[in-house]
Amino acid sequence: MENKEKDLRFYAKIHSVESFGTVDGPGIRFVLFMQGCHLECKYCHNRDTWDINSGHYKSLDEIFNKIMNYKNYIYPRGGVTISGGEPLLQHQFIYELFSKLKKENIHTCIDTSGMVALTNDIKKLIDITDLFLLDIKHIDDKKCKELVGRSNKLELEFAKYLSDNNKPMWIRQVLVPGFTDDKEDLLKLKDFINSLKTVERVEILPYHSVGEFKWKKLGLNYPLEGVRQADNNDVKRAKEILGIE
Amino acid sequence: MEFEQWKNFKKGDWQTEINVRDFIQRNYAPYTGDESFLAGPTEKTKKLWNEVLELYKKEHNSKGGVLDIDTKTISTITAHNAGYIDKDLEDIVGLQTDAPLKRAIMPFGGIRIVEKACAAYDRKVDDEVENIFHNYRKTHNDGVFSVYTPDIRAARSSHLITGLPDGYGRGRIIGDYRRVALYGIDALISEKQAELDVLNTDELTEDVIRSREETSDQISALKELKEMASKYGFDISVPAKNAKEAVQWLYFGYLGAIKSQDGAAMSLGRTSTFLDIYFERDLQNGVLTEEEAQEIMDHFVMKLRLVRFLRTPEYNELFSGDPVWVTESIGGMGIDGRTLVTKNSFRLLHTLENLGPAPEPNMTVLWSTRLPENFKKYTTNLSIKTSSIQYENDDLMRITLGDDYGIACCVSPMKIGKQMQFFGARANLAKTLLYAINGGRDEVSGKQVTPKYAPITSEYLDYDEVMEKFNQMMDYVAKIYIKALNAIHYMHDKYCYEAIEMALHDREILRTMACGIAGLSVVADSLSAIKYAKVKVIRDETGLAVDYKVEGDFPKFGNDDDRVDQIAVDITKNFMNKLRKHQTYRNSKHTLSILTITSNVVYGKATGNTPDGRRAGEPFGPGANPLHGRDTNGALAVMNSIAKLPFDSAEDGISYTFSITPGTLGKTDNEKVDNLVNMLDGYFAQTGHHINVNVFDRSLLEDAMEHPENYPQLTIRVSGYAVHFTKLTREQQLDVIHRTIHERI
Repeated sequence: MENKEKDLRFYAKIHSVESFGTVDGPGIRFVLFMQGCHLECKYCHNRDTWDINSGHYKSLDEIFNKIMNYKNYIYPRGGVTISGGEPLLQHQFIYELFSKLKKENIHTCIDTSGMVALTNDIKKLIDITDLFLLDIKHIDDKKCKELVGRSNKLELEFAKYLSDNNKPMWIRQVLVPGFTDDKEDLLKLKDFINSLKTVERVEILPYHSVGEFKWKKLGLNYPLEGVRQADNNDVKRAKEILGIE
Repeated sequence: MEFEQWKNFKKGDWQTEINVRDFIQRNYAPYTGDESFLAGPTEKTKKLWNEVLELYKKEHNSKGGVLDIDTKTISTITAHNAGYIDKDLEDIVGLQTDAPLKRAIMPFGGIRIVEKACAAYDRKVDDEVENIFHNYRKTHNDGVFSVYTPDIRAARSSHLITGLPDGYGRGRIIGDYRRVALYGIDALISEKQAELDVLNTDELTEDVIRSREETSDQISALKELKEMASKYGFDISVPAKNAKEAVQWLYFGYLGAIKSQDGAAMSLGRTSTFLDIYFERDLQNGVLTEEEAQEIMDHFVMKLRLVRFLRTPEYNELFSGDPVWVTESIGGMGIDGRTLVTKNSFRLLHTLENLGPAPEPNMTVLWSTRLPENFKKYTTNLSIKTSSIQYENDDLMRITLGDDYGIACCVSPMKIGKQMQFFGARANLAKTLLYAINGGRDEVSGKQVTPKYAPITSEYLDYDEVMEKFNQMMDYVAKIYIKALNAIHYMHDKYCYEAIEMALHDREILRTMACGIAGLSVVADSLSAIKYAKVKVIRDETGLAVDYKVEGDFPKFGNDDDRVDQIAVDITKNFMNKLRKHQTYRNSKHTLSILTITSNVVYGKATGNTPDGRRAGEPFGPGANPLHGRDTNGALAVMNSIAKLPFDSAEDGISYTFSITPGTLGKTDNEKVDNLVNMLDGYFAQTGHHINVNVFDRSLLEDAMEHPENYPQLTIRVSGYAVHFTKLTREQQLDVIHRTIHERI
């Protein structure tokens, strides 16, 4: 059995790693997928990362040493991206890890929903993070609750905090036909993005159903059964509305 | 020596001795700019290339992909008359026979192979040739089989050791073809005559006699080369006087080699920067334009794309897709810190754009983290577009090989003109492990192949017991392996000596005995399973272990996990040391490669179930690759695992074939290039030795399999060479498609 009394600064639940990430931040990224998420996104393609109680604890040293095996590839032009799951649920660990990585001058990035309260600990972590990939779940609060089970209030506050504190971010929007592609919503999203000062990129991630098998494997119904995947035309249209590229 | 052709060249030792490196170092101009100076194909080039494409089409539609065979003429340097594609259009001339894509017969390696090959394409060898080689002239193949011992034969027929060059030319020797251009043949003959003087010793020992005979043969071959060139109207007794002649002279040297030898790999060396000196001189003197320079290189490369040898279907199974390995090594750094990249390095690579992608010449970039950024970007961009380039670690090889080495075949580095190898194919280490468990009985046939060893009889495999027996079996295999290679190379020297290639070498050379291993990742995973999980043995009624049941999980090679990676490292070192215990022919230096070419499929076919859960008959990973599907931590984890394999125990090269979908490499074209550059910098900084880079979608290959006619030039990298995908056997195609293609979901 796992020791429940682990010091969460030095141990974390890890789902998996990808040594050659090329889309989650600039350059080559070592991507650490954290176990556990408090959202319930209907389109989630990593359903197996939700349960915080599954997976194994890994130590800070083990993870840090593993990352350092890749320094030749990720330094100086790439870096480390923490994804998940929701990384900020294990913010203490990430803070310790990033503190060590900063000593090696390695670029740090967090891929998050931003749906956490801005506690002092979170603010400390934001401070030593070079870049955020902020996934705006839905700009309309009611639809947001329906799609991911939570209000968007915290994530919009999170985005504003990043902006106010000069923290670079890439805004992401998963484009799910019939859910997040409403023109009015996209225009509202555009206004919100324009209100932020530190957005370096806006990315449309077309919804695809390749994660479906993970739900089925866990014996669960896939909530978006029958919803079509977003195609190039959908992406083009959304980009036009958002006024990007 | 003093020649008017050397005007404007900087003086040096190269004028008083044969020393091409000195000539290059004193005269070349490093280039750090970008590709914007390059010229597209000229009208002449386009016209000529279209004629070649027509010929390709005819060849493709002929039985077995063989357009024509000259079944009558025993191929030598001078046997065939001059041949042309379209004489008026060709800047660079010379064909192996008197017509393009007409294949020659070279029976000195073995007459039976030639007969078999002809029969496979509905042809018959001329009666007179058969008469000569059956009744009057012994071949390399005859020689080897007259001395093979029973233990070698047993190991060979049970596929413990296979692919041995005992019935075909050994190849993997690179003549320094640049010498022909720089010195002309007469100066080279004088040098060889001076060597005969050195060999006029007080005692004529066996070694001296052999060396004198070889040197005499070399002189004869040089004379024949002059005669061959004169058939095309050129006098190569003197040095080349301009760039076009330099390319022509150099190509004539190479042509002499491929007319007289059909070795498994007939590599070109490291010629582009040498040639750049001639191009620069002509450009500066205003007698050549960039368009003309590119045209010469395009025409040269066209010739290299026409090289063909007559092979049997069995040979094609081992080395699929009609490869020749006209390997050309490009770039790298000099030991003085200047880059060896020149404008002509760009021109050579640019032929992939002017003529479209192709497997030959086997473009091999010698990568250093210090290469000019512009060159790094140009070559990786071409990789993304064409999947036709391989990369090898110059920073690693320069330590022991200096800055004038080239790659023979896929991954074998050698100092040009100063080193050659005795090609040794490979031993099947996965089968060796199974033999260790079964006391030397073959797991497929049940036959006792080695002397009887005590088999393992326990229900579950014990790591220490397996290792002890595996060590004993590796001892046995190493012994038989070197015995076989000694026999092969003794006979090859005797009956099928590469006189023209060796004429373009120094007298005193380093010879290596280039052994190889196949199935390394299968062995590492098997031992890891035995150590970290439980492996139950399933035996048939005769007690033969025929299958294994793995209970529990275990670390697998290719995930940057030291627990299993160290096993692979230890086995490599260990087997290398076992080989070193045996005396080699001509005191050659033992080396080892971890390279399978495409034989990973054939080897896998001949090997039963293995303790890692791999099923009987399934292909091994190619070269040092993990078994497909076993790596779960992404591409760089695989690279880190492979980079741990020690180059000093595998100096003949460690091959890794990497495939990725374009989208996984990055979002924009610029990002893709940057990521690939950083990836290569990282891999080679980790001391990885070699990497093939493929960038394609699996769906493209699947479509090409069903509609080959739509993909005549689709080129992919397999293991150390590139190949037209549509020329692979269906089995090989499936192997490539099923292999790990790194993909982001």
